[in-house]
Amino acid sequence: MKHLGSKIIKGIVIFASCLTFGVLLFLIAYILINGVPNLTPELFSLKYTTENVSMLPSIINTIMMTCCSLIVAVPLGIFTAIYLVEYAKKGNKIVGLIRVTAETLSGIPSIVYGLFGMLFFVTYLEWGYSIIAGAATLAIMVLPLIMRTTEEALLAVPDSYREASFGVGAGKLRTVFKVVLPSAMPGILSGVILAIGRIVGETAALIYTAGTVADISKSLLSSGRTLAIHMYVLSSEGLYTNQAYATAVVLLVFVLIINFLSSAIAKKFASK
Amino acid sequence: MRKYKEKIMSGVFLICALTSILAVLLICVFLFANGIPAMGKVGLFKFLAGTTWAPTDNPAQFGIFPMILGSIYVTAGAIIIGVPVGILTSVFMSRYCPKPLYKILKPATELLAGIPSIVYGFFGLVVLVPFVKTVFGGNGNSMLTASILLGIMILPTIIGVSESAIRSVPESYYEGALALGATKERSIFTVILPAAKSGILAGIILGIGRAIGETMAVIMVAGNQARMPAGILKGVRTLTSNIVIEMGYAAELHREVLIATGVVLFVFILIINLSFSVIKGRKNG
Repeated sequence: MKHLGSKIIKGIVIFASCLTFGVLLFLIAYILINGVPNLTPELFSLKYTTENVSMLPSIINTIMMTCCSLIVAVPLGIFTAIYLVEYAKKGNKIVGLIRVTAETLSGIPSIVYGLFGMLFFVTYLEWGYSIIAGAATLAIMVLPLIMRTTEEALLAVPDSYREASFGVGAGKLRTVFKVVLPSAMPGILSGVILAIGRIVGETAALIYTAGTVADISKSLLSSGRTLAIHMYVLSSEGLYTNQAYATAVVLLVFVLIINFLSSAIAKKFASK
Repeated sequence: MRKYKEKIMSGVFLICALTSILAVLLICVFLFANGIPAMGKVGLFKFLAGTTWAPTDNPAQFGIFPMILGSIYVTAGAIIIGVPVGILTSVFMSRYCPKPLYKILKPATELLAGIPSIVYGFFGLVVLVPFVKTVFGGNGNSMLTASILLGIMILPTIIGVSESAIRSVPESYYEGALALGATKERSIFTVILPAAKSGILAGIILGIGRAIGETMAVIMVAGNQARMPAGILKGVRTLTSNIVIEMGYAAELHREVLIATGVVLFVFILIINLSFSVIKGRKNG
């Protein structure tokens, strides 16, 4: 009786946690229950028409978009991290500046990236609404994420590895590529997977860079909507709620897989 | 030959490292160069403090004050809803949660962060809008709905940062409080939480940044009327939604003004980021 106050507080803490995870469970269950029955085979036909708002073209565009962004962002991010961890001298002013800009980049909202992409890639470089303009915008957006995870992974490689490699006569470059990078690979990979998750889920940065054309993009220079934009258009038109549910299921299942993969790889890394 | 290769590659690494600086510069230059002239044409005061947004009227009026207020109100609502729940959840995760349960809950918070905003928006549209409509009245597309949805969306940010702040408080603080006869709850709330204060604050600021910048989810539930916010059950338009909704058909000055809206948003975010790093720096120092 003396500690009734404490018991009440404990109750509130548990209630708040139930609320948090209850909302998550409810969201997933609600989307799956309402969406799975709407996953008809017609939604996966190659052609988009107004009678059959197929999502397969958008899925193909999403894959193209993801590959293009990663081709740019992954090497840039990994090389930046290599510079920061392996090459830069301590107290280097550029290092501080790079860190500040990377933090700034990770805080910029996606709509601002979208505006920038529209002004720079679409208008200034005259790429028009295209997969490549969208991919370039997204590459900048996921760059800080890949950079940070790679940096953490590189820092976690023990110095004795590097010393041993130098000891047997390898140069710096060889040490980085043959010794440090391979042992940091799981950490880097889990960062890349998270980046894929962000690219696939992105909407605001793509509407005015990649555009909303519903067909499979003919080339990298033509417009094409990704799955997330497809879902936005479907649900904002209000005519295709069932199909929007189905698209939500696909996106959600994809996110579940991404999260599972990323944490499984990270766990493997931690136990090693 | 090997020396050559080493030199070239270290140059390549440096150049790659400079791209993030270049990216920030480009973003600033292009946003400001395209947005600031419009502020001059409309008049800075009329633009920021004007209460009427009527881009298609003649003469057109470009006051974004309603949207600035809209963003602030919706974010404040999200903070009121999300912060207490988030902090209490992080207390549970770090202090009460048994290990096997933690192994499930930790990935669950990461999942909460990974769900795309468009899926949140759709969930808000089909679940929260009808819910607010039946429980609180109005037509459901309202400031309250947007606040609830954003409150949910910032949970993972707040939980993640607060949890690591709580965990970084030395265990001896907690044991000391217990030894003085305080209950577990009292030790947590009067000793550990105050010690983790600056970390938790940093998490809240990060959450504010998320909420102000969120676009797609807000568009789908907030109603988006471009007028002064009229109450929590009335529709509201934020800076972010203003850009997405009108950019599709805007031309000339209207388009420039929308980019200027982006500049205002960008400056907001820069201020928020700056205060985040200041608080984080203070914690480390």
